[in-house]
Amino acid sequence: MTAATPLNVEALRKDFPLLTRTVHDRPIVYLDSASSALQPHAVINAMADYYATTHANVHRGVYATAEESTYLFEKTRLVVGRFIGAPEPEHEIVFTKNTTESLNLVAHTWARANLGPNDRILLTEMEHHSNIVPWLMLAEEVGLEVRYIPVEGGGRLDLSDLPSLIDGVKLVGLSAMSNVLGTITPVAEITAVAHDAGAVVVVDGAQLVPHAPVAVTALGADFLAFSAHKMMGPTGLGVLWARRALLDAMPPFMGGGGMILDVKLDSFRAAPPPARFEAGTPPIAEAVGLSAAVDYLSDIGMDRIRAHEFALTNHALARLDEKLGSDCRIFGPPAGDDRGGVISLAYRDIHAHDLAQVLDQFGVCVRPGHHCAKPLMRKLGVQATARASLSLFSDEHDIEVLIEGLVEAGRLFG
Amino acid sequence: MSSDFDDLYREIILDHYRSPRNRGELESPPAHRVEGFNPLCGDEVVVSLLVEDGKLSDLKIGGSGCSISQSSASLMSSAVKGKPLDEVLQLIHTFKGMMSIHEAHLGKDGEAAEPEVIDLDELGELAALQGVVKFPVRIKCATLSWNALAQGLDEVAAEAS
Repeated sequence: MTAATPLNVEALRKDFPLLTRTVHDRPIVYLDSASSALQPHAVINAMADYYATTHANVHRGVYATAEESTYLFEKTRLVVGRFIGAPEPEHEIVFTKNTTESLNLVAHTWARANLGPNDRILLTEMEHHSNIVPWLMLAEEVGLEVRYIPVEGGGRLDLSDLPSLIDGVKLVGLSAMSNVLGTITPVAEITAVAHDAGAVVVVDGAQLVPHAPVAVTALGADFLAFSAHKMMGPTGLGVLWARRALLDAMPPFMGGGGMILDVKLDSFRAAPPPARFEAGTPPIAEAVGLSAAVDYLSDIGMDRIRAHEFALTNHALARLDEKLGSDCRIFGPPAGDDRGGVISLAYRDIHAHDLAQVLDQFGVCVRPGHHCAKPLMRKLGVQATARASLSLFSDEHDIEVLIEGLVEAGRLFG
Repeated sequence: MSSDFDDLYREIILDHYRSPRNRGELESPPAHRVEGFNPLCGDEVVVSLLVEDGKLSDLKIGGSGCSISQSSASLMSSAVKGKPLDEVLQLIHTFKGMMSIHEAHLGKDGEAAEPEVIDLDELGELAALQGVVKFPVRIKCATLSWNALAQGLDEVAAEAS
């Protein structure tokens, strides 16, 4: 990692009102940002101010507040587009409900228009269900062959068979960072191979975009999906970035108001992107919140956030090993540049739900379960893991409380 | 540890988790086999049951999961094994009543219907699981094996008719 000015975590923690609450008389230790991030005052206030001073529907009225709402909503497209280095944000950023809907949008539109019986698509074994199930649904419908890039024992993608796996593939879907293992995947490398083979690449950026600098031009991919609520914005808003030429050629997703040029009793003409894919009143206040979230992250600096979480991940992995040794099994790659701040673990043979329930008594919020990645869990040979995930406000004390809770769970269930 | 937490992990629950009763599977057929899944956590339970002469003459519990799902399955097996079917069905009804969040818990005074009074004596050791209801996410853990048993009895009855 390049040297970046360290974060003043103590000061940043004051930005998050939820961090001031206690749980079971203990300060909350929030280690579940991979599931959903917390919101800083800046985001909460921006949304409250919007509702209190500006709210009106967008793209319709011509009165002052309607114009202001439309401006704020469309401005978010530019703010988000710049954040991920989109060449043409005003055309290429589509707002959806969440990452899941963004991926389903691609499956319903680009894929239905371009894939037919016996066409091949290539996914990876470490995908979230949201980047598997839409493709399986489409495969059932049109008769696709679905292949998978395997995950090797260390939690990385095994690319040794990629040259043969890619043969005849028209679409590759992969996560930029695993929500279970923390593995940061070589998207650019895989994309180069995919493009040589004539395939488009759909990237699930839900975990990477909130935690590291991401530029779509560097990834090289064709579609990038992510969610506002994992990047300190509100729930209910997702983003799909796609190359303009692809969006221009794609049929609409849902039908309704806002996505048309003209409607007659027997026909309609669809609007150009991005409106073509945004039927109905969009999440306007949520877009205002996402703008504030992106500004908040950008002001801190994604390189500094990544450096902080990188250092804390290394510290956490070392401390867990030092204090708990072989009782604690950590999934995913060892500390390194290709590992993000998602730490899935098993402690002795205590079920993840029981671990998480004991940790809750210490105020520690972790996610137990299969993390919507059942194929990967089967590959790992576990039913569930307890997952601690870091944020820009996480610190070494959080890790100590996590370890304290795990030790207590060992005492109770041991 | 909070008192709610201690209510959740009663000693009897930990005992059934550490030393589960009636583990295994019955040969099927003649036994009937039902699988239950908790999609939230991936827990799985396999209930094999044998109904003879209007009685649940034998049952075994397989699968794996958290302490709540496993101890609930173990406690269930001890409570229903060998019992007449009508008693088993009544117990399922009573247990699931204990595990449900009633409108009265929402605090809307005057409007909510009174929850059904649960006879904890009828539940015996199973009453130890009542602490689970304060942890709504875990209710599905506690009811996993009971739903599988209920489904199994339904299927056996359907086959017989």
